[in-house]
Amino acid sequence: MTSVAKLQNPYGDGKLIESCGLFGMMDTSGRPLRGRDILKAMANMRDRGNGLGGGFAAYGIYPEFREEYAFHLMYEHEEGRKRTEAFLRSHFKVVHHEAIPHRATAEIDGAPILRRYFLRVEKGVARAGQDDYVVKKVMAINTGIDGAYVFSSGKDMGVFKGVGYPEDIGRYYCLDDYEGYLWVGHSRFPTNTPGWWGGAHPFSILDWTVVHNGELSSYDTNRWFLEMYGYACTMQTDTEVLAYGVDLLARRHRLPVETLAAVFAPPLWEAIDRMSERERRRHATLRATFGGLLMNGPFSIIVAHHGEMIGLADRIRLRPLVAARRGDLVFLSSEESAIRVISPKLDATWIPSGGEPVIARLRPVAAEAVGGNA
Amino acid sequence: MPFFAPAQFIVDRDDARCIRCKVCVNQCSFEVHSYDAETDEVRSRDERCVGCHRCEALCPTRALAVRFNPMEIRPNANWRPEHIRDLQRQADTGGVLLTGAGNDKPFRIYWDHLLLNASQVTNPSIDPLREPMELRTFLGRKPDRLDFDDLDGELTTELGPQLVVETPIVFSGMSYGAISYNAHLALNQAAQEFGTLYNTGEGGWPAEFRRFGNRTIVQCASGRFGIDLDYLESAAAVEIKIGQGAKPGIGGHLPAEKVTAPVARTRMIPAGTDALSPAPQHDIYSIEDLAMLIGALKEATGYAKPVCVKISAVHNAAAIASGAVRAGADIIAIDGLRGGTGAAPKVIRDNVGIPIELALAAVHDRLVKEGIRNHASILAAGGIRSSADVVKAIALGADAVYIGTAALVAMGCTLCQMCYTGKCNWGIAVTDPWLTKRLNPDIATRHLVNLLRAWSLEIKEMLGGMGINAIESLRGNRLQLRGVGLEDWELKVLGVRGAGA
Repeated sequence: MTSVAKLQNPYGDGKLIESCGLFGMMDTSGRPLRGRDILKAMANMRDRGNGLGGGFAAYGIYPEFREEYAFHLMYEHEEGRKRTEAFLRSHFKVVHHEAIPHRATAEIDGAPILRRYFLRVEKGVARAGQDDYVVKKVMAINTGIDGAYVFSSGKDMGVFKGVGYPEDIGRYYCLDDYEGYLWVGHSRFPTNTPGWWGGAHPFSILDWTVVHNGELSSYDTNRWFLEMYGYACTMQTDTEVLAYGVDLLARRHRLPVETLAAVFAPPLWEAIDRMSERERRRHATLRATFGGLLMNGPFSIIVAHHGEMIGLADRIRLRPLVAARRGDLVFLSSEESAIRVISPKLDATWIPSGGEPVIARLRPVAAEAVGGNA
Repeated sequence: MPFFAPAQFIVDRDDARCIRCKVCVNQCSFEVHSYDAETDEVRSRDERCVGCHRCEALCPTRALAVRFNPMEIRPNANWRPEHIRDLQRQADTGGVLLTGAGNDKPFRIYWDHLLLNASQVTNPSIDPLREPMELRTFLGRKPDRLDFDDLDGELTTELGPQLVVETPIVFSGMSYGAISYNAHLALNQAAQEFGTLYNTGEGGWPAEFRRFGNRTIVQCASGRFGIDLDYLESAAAVEIKIGQGAKPGIGGHLPAEKVTAPVARTRMIPAGTDALSPAPQHDIYSIEDLAMLIGALKEATGYAKPVCVKISAVHNAAAIASGAVRAGADIIAIDGLRGGTGAAPKVIRDNVGIPIELALAAVHDRLVKEGIRNHASILAAGGIRSSADVVKAIALGADAVYIGTAALVAMGCTLCQMCYTGKCNWGIAVTDPWLTKRLNPDIATRHLVNLLRAWSLEIKEMLGGMGINAIESLRGNRLQLRGVGLEDWELKVLGVRGAGA
């Protein structure tokens, strides 16, 4: 779609380059956390962004619409909104819709039209096929309707993002009013784009979100590999290929997180050669088959979906990632100081090795209590 | 009555330096030099000189210099000296002009119009002397997805047969007969030592080389020379040779003079007879015929070896490659316009086919669009001259490259293009035992290993500069390339942006 592509990449560069700060926090018992804390943490890492993009994902925030797909949409103009709403009505049952609440602040201006929709897939689409159905519709809006862009489309979760420093974006969206058991935040430092609301992180499809700090040297290889599987990489960002890579391996191929990590940031051959026969075969096959999804170059990412938060850094650790734990709380951050500012006392902090995923999982009992689609 | 044809080369002899040792006289198989005992003079018949520089290299007092004779006729942009010489030769002989080696005409060499990227600020370049840098490459069909056992997480998908190389550089097929026994031995030993692959070419496979089978690709070409079950079973992979870059659409002809007893035995033909490879494979007149041959070879080898299909880079290479992959090819080798040959009609070598860069880009794109790029690996061949060419080929979409001419040059070849005469003074493109023994296989092995090592080190430097530490992340990574001095249509075919864009 022309207008979004132009907003995203006004100079027509081969790919976009950006750097960032990341933060994630999760209560593995499923207790809700207030949005205020993550705003404090992101404010602490203000220097990692340049005010051209900030955003959050929050899980467990729509208990009253737990079974509906929550679509967060931005529109550049009313025409895009009209066409999109007609599209949504013809493909879904719209259970509820409203403006995404926001407050006027001095720091944020130029916001697009922001609406959220709680959608049910009409009968006739088998339950197992509903996720794929939603993905197709999201792609159809993003690539087919001028001026419309889907921020997120998962159940009982949502993405809130825009142009500005993350703590200002958070205040704009009144995030201190939300409670969720899993929060992810991102501060963006793009170098070759003025920034637009859809270009901020997190990137999301269904309930999967990705925030990312890095610069993939392998971008173009990752892009064509994903294109083979039907993904159209229209945003020219590393985060987009990471998000699609997660979608392909974790959602479509149902590979566990550890395997996803072994594809994105595989062990070196000299390490694989020393492994047991079983592990050697596993890693060699993964590298041979999914070499096109090796994310080469510096990155640290936080991937989240209901019930799980994953931190991962590139194989030779060129971008920061710190993990910490206190009781049921797990934190991931670009900087330890951002964790300490909201939880000065911690049971443990550590720096994960390259390619070694940090995985926080909702405890099974709590998963029942929180629900969602964990 | 032969035309008077001026010499192509001039042999300069510094008589003050010449010690009449007669090395040049003994070394030149074209009989340029002769010694006159009566006058104690060494003389040259320049018109016989092919410019191989053997005498010059071996002259102990450096008394010799071989120079190109520009044949300074009246300048004419259309009727150039080469045309006049060729016309004279054809008026003389009434025959097809033969030549050796690759196309030497100034068609655009796209490698020279592509520049590589390097990291600055936003991502760090990587120092290959301090950090790991991985070149290991798997050649063969890859599955679309992998499945794991739900209970114990054990990988249940069986990966099809793969060729594993430690550097993305593989020796190209050159037949025994086209090049010498010692050259083959050196290629075998180097592939073994460095962890890459040797290709037998179409001239059979001497039995004593079968100990190198785990790193050997055997060819199944239109002449079917030397093929039996042991030939197929002893190899790591089988390559069906449909075409060759130097002579697309043309078969092969090893002249009877080169078919010595060992060559005849290896090829399973009578000694002293011409070894003729038909233009097509006479059991492949269509894509379904190819599928049947691929199936037959896989059946014969128990589905344990990848099957490669080698085609010349021709106008519709993309569609042909796509068909071959769907027909079951695990590897597609594409041999471009500048690919070498032991003997080919000059008019074919110089006028048929397209540059490998364009064909490679088109094939990779087509396979991606059809969602089958992972079903076959791509080997790019034809005129790869340096590690930079290798990096550019992989960035355009190749998994690895074939090198033939570059390997011969590493063994001593000076590209005089006389391979078809059977008189190679360097002991490379020759079967005459007296000339063959000039190539010491152990020294040639060392030279080949050095070449692989030097290129691999240079590839690592270039990768590191781009911020990439595994070669698979370069494959088809065209954002690492920029074009200079190219037209829009060329950039479009290559899928590369112009520099500055």
